[in-house]
Amino acid sequence: MNCRPIVLEAQHMSDESENRDMLICRCEEVTLGEILDAIDDGFVTVKDVKRATRAGMGLCQGRSCSRTIARIISQRTGRPLEEVLPKSYRYPVRPEKMAAALSKESEDESDR
Amino acid sequence: MNQIKREIVVIGSGPAGLCAAIEAARSGAQVLLIDENAKPGGQLFKQIHKFFGSADHRAGVRGLDIGEALLKDAEELKIEVWLNSEACGIFDSTNVWVVRDKQHSITVQAQRIIIATGAVENSINFPGWTLPGVMGAGAAQTMINVNRVLPGHRFLMVGSGNVGVIVSYQLLQAGAAVVAIVEAAPTLGGYGVHTAKVRRAGVPFYTSHTVKEAHGNGHVERATLVRLDEKWKEVAGSEFEVEVDTICIATGLTPAVELAFGSGCMAVNSPALGGLVPVHDETMRSSNTAIYVAGDVSGVEEASTAMEEGRIAGLCAAHSLGYLGQGAYEARLGVLTRNVNALRSGMFGQKRREAKEYIVSSYGAHR
Repeated sequence: MNCRPIVLEAQHMSDESENRDMLICRCEEVTLGEILDAIDDGFVTVKDVKRATRAGMGLCQGRSCSRTIARIISQRTGRPLEEVLPKSYRYPVRPEKMAAALSKESEDESDR
Repeated sequence: MNQIKREIVVIGSGPAGLCAAIEAARSGAQVLLIDENAKPGGQLFKQIHKFFGSADHRAGVRGLDIGEALLKDAEELKIEVWLNSEACGIFDSTNVWVVRDKQHSITVQAQRIIIATGAVENSINFPGWTLPGVMGAGAAQTMINVNRVLPGHRFLMVGSGNVGVIVSYQLLQAGAAVVAIVEAAPTLGGYGVHTAKVRRAGVPFYTSHTVKEAHGNGHVERATLVRLDEKWKEVAGSEFEVEVDTICIATGLTPAVELAFGSGCMAVNSPALGGLVPVHDETMRSSNTAIYVAGDVSGVEEASTAMEEGRIAGLCAAHSLGYLGQGAYEARLGVLTRNVNALRSGMFGQKRREAKEYIVSSYGAHR
């Protein structure tokens, strides 16, 4: 990775202390307060926060909240955004039923 | 699991993926194009406005007409297209796990994979942001232009970039009122021509303002706006309310990088182009030499640049498999490279060009 200062996103966040009940991960219903507590307990990457709170473990797999969580961590800890963002993802990248993962297409269909 | 073989698999049939598939097929390669949606074209079919750029990029043509023309090209080239097909993973750089119709799994063994998965809308959080009536601006655009459903009557637009102002104008065309456009930055973000159209229609813009809270009983009924100081902090006492039933969020896009990073492509951070993106060279090849990337997933720009990047990826992936003579390849790559550079010039393009050059310059560090 090239070394270069990362410009922190100049994005406004509501005053954290006031809005602890606000949902951040709506799939798993994790609040801002729970995420801030996890960060204060030492969970300081998106992956760590996920493991501590389940934020990002729901149906959308963090596609909408992981960026927000990264920003919260970055603002709370002063660490650059790039360091806290996830760089690996798990398959399947879409929610699938186990039956679909195990079921084959019929031969004539897939043999086109 | 069943396994079949194809030379090139293109994932995503938006502007980048469609152009990649067409270019690779024209070069002689066997191409399979897959998309999770019921229709190909990605976001092109909701772009009812005319595109910018030079005549070479079909400037002045509406996005949906470009989409129709590309689908016709794909049909004439007899490109194999799988719809309702989700690429769920890439294993060993070559095997694409596809779930079709949410029912069956199939593995496609590809010699080259082109990832053109686009981007997802950013969300912002404020008390009330989970109320029904708060939605992405792109989602509202899909509803009015594709599904012909007006999701509200009085809109607040959060974000004044091109998405914010274009969707605002199209909401007006669809018969809605746009009560306000708020922009957290001190200056407006969109192209003047789009911004001016909305302003001429009487929509007020509020720079250095954001939404502080959404209120309503089971649905958005009002929003509190607040002024921000130069450090992006709320100015106490500056709050005021607007009566709206829908709040659209247009605060940028994040590249949909799950497949790329899951398959081991190396990342580089590009704040100007949406965050972490797969590092790639001028031929759109990722750090994994069997995998190419194109369009917003390789850095968020516009449909016109996505199409050129797609063509470059399709051409170079096909050439890497032995298609096209060296002369024909170099001549075509030269044309496509000039096209994409032309799109990244001028006062709006220069920043994106520098950001792209940084991504490409990082490629060597990973080799």
